[in-house]
Amino acid sequence: MGLFAPIKDHHSERRLFIARVILASVVSVLLLGIVIARLVQLQVVEHALYAEQSQGNRIRIEAVPPTRGLIFDRNGRVLAENLPAYQLELIPEQVTDLDDTLKRLATIGLISDEDIPRFNGLARSGPRFKPITLRFRLSDEEIANFAVQRPRFPGVDLQPRLVRHYPDGEVVAHAIGYVGALSTADLQRLDGAGYAGTSHTGKTGVEHYNENLLHGDVGFRQIVTNALGRAVPIETRDYAGSAPESESPTPGANLYLSLDLELQRAAYLALEGRRGAIVAIDPNNGEILALVSSPSFDPNSFATGMSSSEYVALQDNEDRPLFNRAVRGSYPPGSTIKPMLSLAALEVGATNLTRRLMCFGWYSLPGSSHRYRDWRPEGHGEVDLHDAISQSCDVYFYQISRDIGIDNMHHFLDQFGLGKGTGIDMAGESDGLVPSREWKRQAFRERADQVWFPGETIIASIGQGYMLVTPLQLANAVAALAARGARFRPHLVTAFEDGLTGRRTVIAPEPLPAVEIDDPFYWENVLNAMHAVMQSPTGTARAAGQGAPYQMAGKSGTAQVFTVAQEEEYDEAEIDERLRDHALFIAFAPLEAPRIAVAVIIENGSSGSRVAAPIARAIMDRHLGYTSDAL
Amino acid sequence: MRFSDPQRLYSGGSPPIGGMGSLMQRLYLDGPLLGGLAAVCSLGLVVLYSAVSQNMDLWVQQLIRLFVALVAMVVVAQLPPDLLRRWTPWGYLAGLGLLILVLVRGEVSQGAQRWLDVGIRFQPSEVMKLAVPMMAAWYLHDRQLPPRFLDIIVIAVMIVVPTVLIAKQPDLGTALLIAMSGVLVVVLAGLSIRVMILLGLAAIPGAWALWQFMQEYQKQRVLTLLNPEADPLGAGYNIIQSKIAIGSGGLFGKGWTNGSQAQLEFLPERDTDFIFAVMGEELGLLGVLALLAMYLFVIGRGLYIAIQARDTFSRLIAGSISLTFFVYVFVNTAMVTGLVPVVGVPLPLVSFGGTSMVTLMSGFGILMSIHRHRKLLPH
Repeated sequence: MGLFAPIKDHHSERRLFIARVILASVVSVLLLGIVIARLVQLQVVEHALYAEQSQGNRIRIEAVPPTRGLIFDRNGRVLAENLPAYQLELIPEQVTDLDDTLKRLATIGLISDEDIPRFNGLARSGPRFKPITLRFRLSDEEIANFAVQRPRFPGVDLQPRLVRHYPDGEVVAHAIGYVGALSTADLQRLDGAGYAGTSHTGKTGVEHYNENLLHGDVGFRQIVTNALGRAVPIETRDYAGSAPESESPTPGANLYLSLDLELQRAAYLALEGRRGAIVAIDPNNGEILALVSSPSFDPNSFATGMSSSEYVALQDNEDRPLFNRAVRGSYPPGSTIKPMLSLAALEVGATNLTRRLMCFGWYSLPGSSHRYRDWRPEGHGEVDLHDAISQSCDVYFYQISRDIGIDNMHHFLDQFGLGKGTGIDMAGESDGLVPSREWKRQAFRERADQVWFPGETIIASIGQGYMLVTPLQLANAVAALAARGARFRPHLVTAFEDGLTGRRTVIAPEPLPAVEIDDPFYWENVLNAMHAVMQSPTGTARAAGQGAPYQMAGKSGTAQVFTVAQEEEYDEAEIDERLRDHALFIAFAPLEAPRIAVAVIIENGSSGSRVAAPIARAIMDRHLGYTSDAL
Repeated sequence: MRFSDPQRLYSGGSPPIGGMGSLMQRLYLDGPLLGGLAAVCSLGLVVLYSAVSQNMDLWVQQLIRLFVALVAMVVVAQLPPDLLRRWTPWGYLAGLGLLILVLVRGEVSQGAQRWLDVGIRFQPSEVMKLAVPMMAAWYLHDRQLPPRFLDIIVIAVMIVVPTVLIAKQPDLGTALLIAMSGVLVVVLAGLSIRVMILLGLAAIPGAWALWQFMQEYQKQRVLTLLNPEADPLGAGYNIIQSKIAIGSGGLFGKGWTNGSQAQLEFLPERDTDFIFAVMGEELGLLGVLALLAMYLFVIGRGLYIAIQARDTFSRLIAGSISLTFFVYVFVNTAMVTGLVPVVGVPLPLVSFGGTSMVTLMSGFGILMSIHRHRKLLPH
């Protein structure tokens, strides 16, 4: 071979080639055999395992949120309902240019500019297939406006949904509270699984306190999903061997409140344009008839969502519309505590019904030159307890306060429920404060400050100084006065109705320990004096009580916001509006078989008898079925 | 004109065939091979219709591509093997030039420079799929076989240069397949078993070198194959979903267009690299075996044509094309069933996609040309 140039031997070459083809074929068949063996392994041997995994892949359990319970007033009028509404949703994965889409939505006025960064963050943080809600409720015009331009907004769509609606929004806002979008903090507090699918939860008031009743139980359904977790339309679902199972949600319970919507509206109108609160209670069972704080806000905007600027405006409003004055506002009670103190004084023997004291218009402690002034500079002359209440003589109470003592004051006012939470079925109530020696020892750090001074007892006797009460506490105390010492826990919810069965459960009134003053003679005399406040020729609120076809009892209070120096006179006209005295009035009616007890507080209203009393009268007129001309 | 070539007419010896047969003969087409290919393509189109979620537009696109590929096959079948052999070096050099061009100014698609826009977008690496084995066969055509050591070195250079260029795009999967088609030529030419074993042993450090050369995503694919469950939602997702699809198909499958894995989009790349899993899910083991049988028939016919071929070039190129086709089938099915790493090799003639189908069909056109022109060759 070496001597010649290599010569191709076609035959041996072909034989070699055929041998190689056979070798390659054998190897190929072997390799293909491995693939087939693998296929048999996957499709025959392990078929059951993979069949199960494939099933688990596409069936997903989706929560079905329950319908929230409705809220009714005592006459069955709707206070909170669920209305179908369209919300604007954006699905990030279907949007081509997020920034541009949001900008254009802002241009046509569907979202506001300042919310763009928030939505941007939401769209980029969550799962891309999960819709984010841009607006919870669109008006009819907005729906029409968007429907026309919808082709320009791929990935943005209208979704029907139930939205909480309060027909009398501002009127009932502080009593009912509102629902708002479920936050991470809410989910930590609530049962996370039970709230799967729920978008809103009660944030304040009845909505918050009764969340467990109102919410209901979540249901579920199994849905067929694709790999992105998105539910697929029904027609592509027939891969299923078995029909998806489901369980309907249990709707939340309907709540029946003791509130009277008509009375609530009257109270709301009476406070319109003012800062203040009204609480009306049925003294026979502690049912809240009206609870108003003014100014108010529209709770619907929390349920439907508002723009950041709207929320900031509500929060920064110096009249504080979001602040629930009725249960959270703490005010010096002023002279409204005089009937309670009179009962205490009679019980501990600090005075009696016939004792008469001289009033010159001021009072000084022995050995001190400091003058504690009466509201009437010229004085009331010689007065007994009855006159001291009906004319609101401060000097009389200054004098007997030393014999009652601060600890007895605390003891009895505490029994009337002042200075501590009433236990109303509503969250966020303030405690207020009725001072005592013990309290002062604990409240101050410096030893010098811990001593109780005699002068502090004097001003406590006219509800000034450290003393602070909420309108609700005051109304609750008036209810106890009206019921001659019998007390009930104030409450709003009187019954609830199971969402599924409609079975009604009545919540019985809860009696509280009665005030420990047993002598009916004391009660009748003090209450008669309160009657005189409104319906005697010398009563401080005789103007408000004039011409009433029924007998009523009341007591005015005017609480200092601003201390007038010793040498100066309080001159209403010269004092800044926000430094004027708070006007308070408590009242109940009818005198003999009371059906309503009211507390009215008008911030910086100057005069309890002039400003607050006519409102209390109007509320009572309305509740007892008379048309009122008191306002 | 060629039809009236007297040499062809008289040297055939086969009796005149009427109807279809005559048309096939006149077009230099091979009936059994064409039948096998038609069977594979038809089944492929059926599966693809389901894999593209009944999207008629995409399906028609594929049908058009198939038609273009068939035209390419028929055109190539008209070129006699001698002509093809003479053109081979020029085709190879042109392919190399295009590969260099694509590296310099190619279009970037999905992070890789593979496309060249010359009126239509195409991948020069596709040219090399045929040019590399043809070049190797061209070189060995006049030489004594089995090849000597020096020949092997020369061919190795012919293979390595385009392979490296393609691997740099980077497209390691295609590069390895092209190298494989060149190596197959040498093996078929009679490379001694001893040398093959030696090369196999040398492959161990070679694999290590390759590992160093790999991109991070390629390393990840190998690691994923070893333990797909380690990252079920990331790199292991494809393999896990593919195994679930095939396994849940069972013996008879869930029914055409009823595969939940495929239709509900759990299975990624279900119309391209993972279409075999769609088939396994919907048509079951029986459907998959039917497809494999069709493939085997096509490959078997290709090898038969190779054995029947009358000259070295034809023999080698026919064998290489047939076996490379097998390698595609094997790598894709082994990859989808989780036997080898995901290397991005489509299932030939079934997966959605254009250029590779034209290349494949041109290859079969060469096979047909070899078979129908063999009577013209001197003994």
